[in-house]
Amino acid sequence: MSVLAYGVVAWLFLIGIYGVVSSRNLIHLVVCLSVSQSATDILLLEIGYRAGGHAPVFVDLPAHPGPAVDAVMQALALTDVVIGAAVTGLLLALAVQVHKRAGTLDPDKLRATRD
Amino acid sequence: MSRSARLMFFAAAAAALAATLGVGLSGLPSFGSQISAYARMLNELAPAQRHVTDVVSAISFDYRGIDTLFEEFILLSAVTGISVLLRPLSDESRQLPEDKAPDRTIPPPSPAVWLLAVFLGSLLVLTGIETVTHGQLTPGGGFQGGVIVASAVYVAYLGTNYVTVERFQPGALLEATDGVGASGYVVIGLLGLLAGADFLSNVVGLGGTGNLISGGTIPLLNLVVGVEVAGGFAILASEFLDQTAVIRTRRR
Amino acid sequence: MSEAVIAVALVWVAASGTAVVFTRDPLRQAFTAGFFGLALAFLYLSLQSGDVALSQIVVGAIAVPLIVLLSLAKVGKDRG
Repeated sequence: MSVLAYGVVAWLFLIGIYGVVSSRNLIHLVVCLSVSQSATDILLLEIGYRAGGHAPVFVDLPAHPGPAVDAVMQALALTDVVIGAAVTGLLLALAVQVHKRAGTLDPDKLRATRD
Repeated sequence: MSRSARLMFFAAAAAALAATLGVGLSGLPSFGSQISAYARMLNELAPAQRHVTDVVSAISFDYRGIDTLFEEFILLSAVTGISVLLRPLSDESRQLPEDKAPDRTIPPPSPAVWLLAVFLGSLLVLTGIETVTHGQLTPGGGFQGGVIVASAVYVAYLGTNYVTVERFQPGALLEATDGVGASGYVVIGLLGLLAGADFLSNVVGLGGTGNLISGGTIPLLNLVVGVEVAGGFAILASEFLDQTAVIRTRRR
Repeated sequence: MSEAVIAVALVWVAASGTAVVFTRDPLRQAFTAGFFGLALAFLYLSLQSGDVALSQIVVGAIAVPLIVLLSLAKVGKDRG
């Protein structure tokens, strides 16, 4: 189970970076970057998981609740998700403006200076 | 660097990174075995100390409140960056789409889609407000509730058209909302300084556990963060919508 | 029992993440990304993280696919 859990994190991170490296379209690149980012969220939550644990909300619990999972990791991960979306929006805005100036979305064809 | 050279270099680098990740991740305790002592301590102490039942909110807005302040400012600067990037450039202007066939009436939108958009939009706003205000009791809080409220704008756009949505989101109001939310967090933090304690300490009365008003400054911070996140994501939506519908290149 | 649910969620996330990367057309990728967001929300929920799952559902299924689609609309319009 540990192998599967941590292996998925490493797999998602590497496949996201592969998508960034081999992309031919800036918008495709940005979405692959967000896949990489979600790998870190998953790792945070997996570190904070406790087998048989319940959510760290102490209301309406059964008579013998087990231990609760890690609440600090959830606090870290939840802001990360929202900010990840805002940064994805920022990168997409960059891609839109690049297309207006350079006429293309292909990273291989973009050049640092204008001809 | 040519494309194939880049891919080969990536393959080598990815193999090294995968090996490093493997070594690092295998050093972690096995999945589900234990959580850190800090977390165990917080799970024990937070409901009694702060009179809240949702420990995650207590951590975000009280025990680690300063981190949330910085993350809120990250959100603010990302939204500001988007507004700056998507402003009309020197060779563009804002014009509403013009009616090229004024003698033909526009077919009204399908009543089913309109009704669904209205129903879903109002449901989202209500759910968002409920999530924001109940952040200290159940899973929820400012961030989640703010995004839910902002997505009502998205759903409204999907079910109607640009002109309808634009009427309900004047740009100045959204930007003011975002600013009020971000500065509200700092103001509430300063309340702590005024009361003689540290910045962002919980100085308002704590209330009873399980009530709607409990946790001191936690529901207040939930509110301002909800306002800020809702404003931020609504600005995001309106900037992208403006780009597609309104901003166009001036003909030379 | 919950371990089996987590295992299924992990496999689902890995599969949809791979699908997102290998969908080269950005328009189709927007839908795959929405599906990936749903898979992530399911994984977070099975890891007993209700707060994070709430954010992920709204962000991953509504906000991100919509801004991807709007960017594509803008880029497609400029091309003509």
